Amino acid sequence: MRRILDFVGAGVLFGLKVTAAAFQMPFELDQIWRHIGELGARSLGLVASCGLALGVVMTLHTRSTLIMFGATGMSPKLQSLGFFVEIGPLVAALLLAGRVGASIGAVLADMRATEQIDALEALSIDSFKLLVVPRVLACVLVLPLLTTFMDCCGIFGGYLSENVLSHISPSLYIARAFANVDWSNFVPPTLKTTIFGFIIGTISCFFGYTTNEGAEGVGRAATNSVVVSSLLVILADVILVKIIFLIFPGSAI
Amino acid sequence: MSSDNSIALHHVSKCFGHNQVLQDVSFSVARGEAICLLGRSGTGKSVTLKLIISLFRPDSGQIWIGKDEITQLEGPELSGVRRRIGFLFQSGALFDSITVHDNLALPLRRLTNKSNQEIEEIVERALRQVDLAEATKKMPVELSGGMRKRAGLARALVFEPEILLVDEPTSGLDPITASEIDDLLLDQRVTKRTTLVIVTHDLREANRIGDRFAVLDRGQLAALGTPRELRNHQNETVRRLVHGG
Repeated sequence: MRRILDFVGAGVLFGLKVTAAAFQMPFELDQIWRHIGELGARSLGLVASCGLALGVVMTLHTRSTLIMFGATGMSPKLQSLGFFVEIGPLVAALLLAGRVGASIGAVLADMRATEQIDALEALSIDSFKLLVVPRVLACVLVLPLLTTFMDCCGIFGGYLSENVLSHISPSLYIARAFANVDWSNFVPPTLKTTIFGFIIGTISCFFGYTTNEGAEGVGRAATNSVVVSSLLVILADVILVKIIFLIFPGSAI
Repeated sequence: MSSDNSIALHHVSKCFGHNQVLQDVSFSVARGEAICLLGRSGTGKSVTLKLIISLFRPDSGQIWIGKDEITQLEGPELSGVRRRIGFLFQSGALFDSITVHDNLALPLRRLTNKSNQEIEEIVERALRQVDLAEATKKMPVELSGGMRKRAGLARALVFEPEILLVDEPTSGLDPITASEIDDLLLDQRVTKRTTLVIVTHDLREANRIGDRFAVLDRGQLAALGTPRELRNHQNETVRRLVHGG
């Protein structure tokens, strides 16, 4: 029990340190930009293919139910709301945790094991500011963009599926998908992914940066980064959905 | 501490968990002196180097770098003292995502106001000094072990430090490359009067570079003296380490 509390305490302190360091000069904009490019490029294909596949599958599943109520016309709206409100943010976050979280954890743990982090400190360079803060901020900034991209791919996948089944035109599908869909259905759920990004970046960096188990720690840091950040993203989602409903009651479907 | 001393450790102890790595270790190194830390594996030699540059903090004791007690320093003050110290890590510890050139340029770009042209000149000079001018655009993974050590040495010297801490500079290298690394260290000491603290298992190297030997045994300072003084030391481990037997 004490080990768990120690771990939670260390993780929270690490997160607070990241937050404080993010507002201190220098802002490492070139590093943040570099990591946004890397994280985005690494995840884009995965997010696109998953979004497309989920879009197709979701339409196939919902359509059979909607037929029973004679409400197949609702399928596009169900698709867009499903992606905007929950599927897009959560799945994009879990994909980022799997694809990028492991990579961040392993890279930093390897740098620790090969004394590169010590070398930075020995050269009077703040390794935390250089290695951790830009990675976390990149996750925070890139995840809403990936989520929006996933939403688009999901809706496109839904259209493809619907088009095969009912030959619906793109304009009618778009019109139905966005009919009565409010900004509050899109903006708060997408913005909540900044918090998911912070969790993924912080947890992955925490495991990588603080390991002291040599080469063995590299694999462990990668695994722990994925498992813990995925778990915390799901837990945070439960809390954030409740908060969004409180602030934007209209966004509740 | 004496103003002649470049480094002084006073009753330094350090443990990791229940493992007491160093216990009440005291010694000093004069300005321009070269001291070799000898001892069996796991006796705290590398930890001592990392304590001197404050990568680890001692559990008790004081560590003086010139007139600064480094264990009490934080932030910019600590950075200021660290810039007077160069550290050559055992593996070279080059940043593997950037080129050899950028490994040297990184600290200059971040910590000085030098122009790009000045930085280029410093990097070029440092790489020429270690005979790596042709490797400037290579990635660390493309370098051999000896080249990596030389690049690490060039990076450690980029601020022209008054103290150079060296962790097993020739381990795993062939005798010729090892001798070249030793030449570079000796040159640094003679031409720049750099204080050297070298962790080594190589007696040939220790005898060639070291003015004095500090022998660590089970976390304690077992002996301190010139190679001649330690040859007939009463402690058998010291005698065996100094004789190589």
